[in-house]
Amino acid sequence: MKTFAELEYPGRMIAVEGLDGSGKTTQVHLLRRWLEGQGLKVFLSEWNSSLLVKNVTTKGRKSALLTPTTFSLIHATDFADCYERQLAPLLKAGYIVLCDRYIFTAFARDTVRGCPAKWVRNLYNFAALPDMTFFLKAPLHVTLKRVFDNRPKLNYFEAGMDMRLSTDSYESFQILQGRILEEYLGLSGEFDFFSIDAREPVESQQAVIRDLIRANLNLKDYRS
Amino acid sequence: MPNSPRKPAPRKPTNQNLEIINRAAPPVSTRKEFYGPGIPGVDPKELRGRLIVIEGADGSGRSTQIGRLTKWLETRGHATIAVGIKRSSLVSEELEEAKRGNILGRTTMSLFYATDFADQLENTIIPALKAGFMVVADRYIYTLMVRDLVRGVEEAWLDNVYGIALKPDVVFYLKVSPERLVMRNFSKHFALDYWESGMDLGLSRDMFDSFTRYQSLVTGQFKKLQKKFHFDMIDGNRSVNEVYEDLREKIQRRIEPVTITDANSSPI
Repeated sequence: MKTFAELEYPGRMIAVEGLDGSGKTTQVHLLRRWLEGQGLKVFLSEWNSSLLVKNVTTKGRKSALLTPTTFSLIHATDFADCYERQLAPLLKAGYIVLCDRYIFTAFARDTVRGCPAKWVRNLYNFAALPDMTFFLKAPLHVTLKRVFDNRPKLNYFEAGMDMRLSTDSYESFQILQGRILEEYLGLSGEFDFFSIDAREPVESQQAVIRDLIRANLNLKDYRS
Repeated sequence: MPNSPRKPAPRKPTNQNLEIINRAAPPVSTRKEFYGPGIPGVDPKELRGRLIVIEGADGSGRSTQIGRLTKWLETRGHATIAVGIKRSSLVSEELEEAKRGNILGRTTMSLFYATDFADQLENTIIPALKAGFMVVADRYIYTLMVRDLVRGVEEAWLDNVYGIALKPDVVFYLKVSPERLVMRNFSKHFALDYWESGMDLGLSRDMFDSFTRYQSLVTGQFKKLQKKFHFDMIDGNRSVNEVYEDLREKIQRRIEPVTITDANSSPI
């Protein structure tokens, strides 16, 4: 797999990955403000499930039909739609595309759910790699606390209830997140993530990320 | 006292053994395997049934033959189920919607079909095979691969995606000339289908022209896949009865498990 730069796209992609509660959304939002403030062409993409995935997962849950394979494939379908319709065209048009989660989310999640790692990687190899990937890294108890403080109720698949790890949704979520974190740590080396200490104050994390972007991208090239 | 590994315990007459003894002749090896990594948690050895796939273009006579074969297999005492791609309950509505709107990219469309296939495989085909059914599939991954290949999707990528699929015991491809296909399509619907004519490919603005060009692209791709997937090519230009006899004879000879009916009873 190659990055957008290696494929000679005029645009660049910056992805932010991390567990739930790692602060991805906050950091990506601040990045967008910073880049927009410089008059650059920026697009923020959130890989939140589209209506399609929501419909299908709801249906699948009701009838207990969704398996690791179909779960993986329906998310890949949704991602492909976003990629073909939005991400790839914007990168061809010279945008800086910020991604709140990218294919690594799927790599970690689907592998933990029992799909072979190689199969999942190949499934997504129609997509190019980000030019920079930030991994917001924190010990499990830190991110778990943030999620539990903010969210009174976890949804069925989010908690991994279909995996039968535990009958208690909070306990199930903890086990699942622990396994996903392990996957992320493996991916971090494989795909050259920039690790950011997610325990630091928001401002310090943002400053580190901005420095790294300035050092790696020639921002003037992306003026609108 | 621990059992010596060299001396197997005397065989107990389990149900399984009795079954084997009672068989007139051992069935042809129909050991199941996946094309790639398969479905997590599914052991192909547990799939005792048979998977028969009938491929062919619309108008090649697939459904007629499947209807007949299903009846025939049931008459011979086999629990049989006919399955078709695009019949899963999980995404079929969404897929139909997407096709109506004609707005999806080729990878998205491809994955949509793959999801639908995976759902069918896991929730219908595999459970039926576990229960020892004869599964007659109205098309399989090959149709899906071919429709993607003519649209420029990479073959290696498709091989990975469909590495989840089970290898059928036999794949029949009903080969029918394009002229005959057009005639059969007209006599059935009096119109050509947008997708079966490959109109999304922009081969021609004339639908008839597009249909013939698209069908020859599809046939060409099937030919390329024939060796790789061991299709049994069946001349579909013959009469319904002739094709049926041919299919029946091949199924009976190659993959049919021992029947419960007496060998002399005449087939329907």
